[in-house]
Amino acid sequence: MTSETHAAIEAVVRMESARLIAGLARYTGDLGLAEELAQDAVVAALEQWPESGVPRNSGAWLMTVAKRRAVDQFRRNRELRHKYAQIGRALEAEGDAVTPDFDRAFSDEIDDDLLRLVFTACHPVLAVQARVALTLRLLGGLTTAEIARAYLVSEATTAQRIVRAKKTLAQAGVPFEVPGPQERGARLSSVLEVIYLIFNEGYSATAGDDWTRPALCQDALRLGRILAELTPAEPEVHGLVGLMEIQASRISARAGPGGRPVLLLDQDRARWDRLLINRGLAALAKAEQLGGADGPYALQAAIAACHARAFRPEDTDWPRIAGLYAVLAGQAFSPVVELNRAVAVSMAYGPQAGLDLVDELTAEPALRDYHLLPSVRGDLLMKLGRPDEAQRAGGPA
Amino acid sequence: MQFFGYTLGDPTTPMTGPSPELMEEMGKFIEEATKAGVLLATGGLAPVEEATKVIRADGKFTVVDGPFAEAKELVGGWALMECRDKDEAIEWTKRFLAIAGDGESTIRQVYGP
Repeated sequence: MTSETHAAIEAVVRMESARLIAGLARYTGDLGLAEELAQDAVVAALEQWPESGVPRNSGAWLMTVAKRRAVDQFRRNRELRHKYAQIGRALEAEGDAVTPDFDRAFSDEIDDDLLRLVFTACHPVLAVQARVALTLRLLGGLTTAEIARAYLVSEATTAQRIVRAKKTLAQAGVPFEVPGPQERGARLSSVLEVIYLIFNEGYSATAGDDWTRPALCQDALRLGRILAELTPAEPEVHGLVGLMEIQASRISARAGPGGRPVLLLDQDRARWDRLLINRGLAALAKAEQLGGADGPYALQAAIAACHARAFRPEDTDWPRIAGLYAVLAGQAFSPVVELNRAVAVSMAYGPQAGLDLVDELTAEPALRDYHLLPSVRGDLLMKLGRPDEAQRAGGPA
Repeated sequence: MQFFGYTLGDPTTPMTGPSPELMEEMGKFIEEATKAGVLLATGGLAPVEEATKVIRADGKFTVVDGPFAEAKELVGGWALMECRDKDEAIEWTKRFLAIAGDGESTIRQVYGP
């Protein structure tokens, strides 16, 4: 296997990148340093692999080279003596060569390291945008340029954001570890939030001319699927994966002629991806088996599942959707959830029931300026045969 | 983007069953590919001699049982992969063949969003 193409090598490097950085971060306890060492190993691979071919255990190869670089640097740089001394000792203990044993030990530990990396990149000490960028960079394997393109910001801004995020983590002394039981719930929420934000940016892009960016959805889905394998006992992780799988199943059907969005009830359901629906339903079932049916992501997945199970819009189980929204609304106040609940109630029990709920919402100070409220109210008044009021409500005339 | 990969072979060459070692290695590989979020679905196929073709010509159906005359047939396994690009799909296929042994896998992109 010789004269590998540049593209093939880059693919391998991208596939190994997250695990490489995760392993090195545990060794060095420093994310920035881990990334630099990983980069050194990548440069070595780009130099050597075109001739030698991609080694069978490419991940272990990169790791060994990176650790050797660490020791080399140590000899030149006294300031980093302490950190590198630790690596040197660990490396000696492991022996020098890339052996099959090393390969095995590498893959056994790597899951833990990856999980540490997930929690660190999504640490709440970072601003949300920084968490997103760091997660896509370190775990998603996206280049800075790709992240910048996805979010329509300059490459310099993205690079700055990532550099600053790493500095913040170092300054805050954030340890490279999986949080303990007390912290775990909140920290996991932060991880799930980051993944879902990435998904949503792809699903209904806020930036740019494209209505969706499927590649970002797929990056988020992949991160979610990886996380579900790393934390199989966490119901909300499965809930989120279920939600994303089912939403992703509709991506092709959501874009109409000219790329214009097609609303859920108007979509051609034959274009929904059945494989993703089935994966989503399975993930949701897992969340429920683990006792997580009432988790916010599992609830949203359950709502999405009601639509996914209906082969025709008129088959939709609206009473169940309304019930699920009621549970969701009881957990945390959200204008979007309240309004969706009102719509579901109107579909289940008629426009008057929906209007009653919307009128309650109109009285809520937090919802007074919510721009979608008048149009939903107007729509319900139209359905009730009250066009004059509908017009005054500001809805569709 | 999704890729559908399948192995092609000559159905007249008798296939020996996989050794327990190969089964174990393949099991680990499947686990690795699943953990990486790449493997969406995979499966194995019964021998092509047991295959059946359903043909419609001029509105009439014909059902033909295997084996068939073609030299290369879809034999053995298939996998549906989610990869960032074709180069990644190629690399995963190489890793598969490194375990499965000499042979030929075809990768085709699945139309999607």
